[in-house]
Amino acid sequence: MNCTKCKIRAVIDLPRHNAAFCKGCFNVYVHDQVSRAIKSEKMFKKDDRILVAVSGGKDSLALWDILLKMSYKADALYVDLGIGGYSEVSHAKVVQFAETVAAPMGAVLHVHTVEQEAGAGIKELAMLIHRPTCSTCGTIKRYQFNRVALEHKYDVMATGHNLDDEAARLLGNVLRWQEEYLDKQSPSLPASLDGFAKKVKPLFRLSERELAAYSVLNRIDYIVEECPMAKGARTLLYKEVLNRLETESPGTKQAFYCGFLDKQRKPEASPTTMAEKDQAMLHPCSVCQQPTTADVCSYCKMMARAKTHSV
Amino acid sequence: MQVQLSHPARTIEIKGPKKAKDLFKELNLVVEAHLIIRGDELVTEDEMLYDQDQIEIRPVISGGSPRFMSHE
Repeated sequence: MNCTKCKIRAVIDLPRHNAAFCKGCFNVYVHDQVSRAIKSEKMFKKDDRILVAVSGGKDSLALWDILLKMSYKADALYVDLGIGGYSEVSHAKVVQFAETVAAPMGAVLHVHTVEQEAGAGIKELAMLIHRPTCSTCGTIKRYQFNRVALEHKYDVMATGHNLDDEAARLLGNVLRWQEEYLDKQSPSLPASLDGFAKKVKPLFRLSERELAAYSVLNRIDYIVEECPMAKGARTLLYKEVLNRLETESPGTKQAFYCGFLDKQRKPEASPTTMAEKDQAMLHPCSVCQQPTTADVCSYCKMMARAKTHSV
Repeated sequence: MQVQLSHPARTIEIKGPKKAKDLFKELNLVVEAHLIIRGDELVTEDEMLYDQDQIEIRPVISGGSPRFMSHE
């Protein structure tokens, strides 16, 4: 398989775009997708100060790498959750990236350690308050990133949420008709009131597989191991289902999430009932008198064609 | 060929030559959720893999707190 653009050997195929790319063209594609996301959602400007939420995983480190290479002013915050060996490894990956890639480009890494402030790691805290670990983790990270963004006067906070994250979250919300959460699924949440930093997701146009490929190709050393607390998380089930659909029908995840965003952007039309719509669009078929949008209904057309062929 | 898998971490032996996409089928893995790495290079689905190759099939899916990005 050769690169769609420059025809040398491809290293990754992207069925949803009916394309394959070599390393160079793939990097151009990734940067272009991020650039389009930033512009279309008015996420930030070239001179804004950005705080990237990094975990040591592929998405957040790729985001930091991409923003720095695109010449944005991007610092990062790592929250040490105190999940034993997992946190030790992820912290080491973040520090290594910060020292070898980010610092030479003038970027700074902030670190917040949950255990230092709360006296216990995330697992123990979740047990103490009888809440699921992922939910406790989400609350702590959200709070600390917002706090650091405000304290250090960053213009915007960026997370590494990708297309798979957003499509899976949307599927979960739609399956349970949790409409109150749908408004918060925009890739750009404004600082709606004092005390909230603006939050953006510049990777929402890129799939998880594409971001893993970007990290491998650009030698970003990330933690491959899954967070031990996330085992059995419903998000993983939704992602699995969506990936089966994506494999059978490339483009499904993008159509699902981006279609949702398009619908959200359009001003709500005045509500019309199905009966009102039918009355506006349908009239009697000129042959059988049953309602149709055309002069002759599809049944009469089909029967006329069948009779022509049988003669 | 030696094939390294994750979750749980293990190495298995698979007979080559074999196309990458056929390796996915044999292991019942979804392409969209994995990368194939030969040595330290990514390979596409139509690439032929041989007995002497060191292959890693790397999962790309991560999960956890779905509500992290909301304001409250």
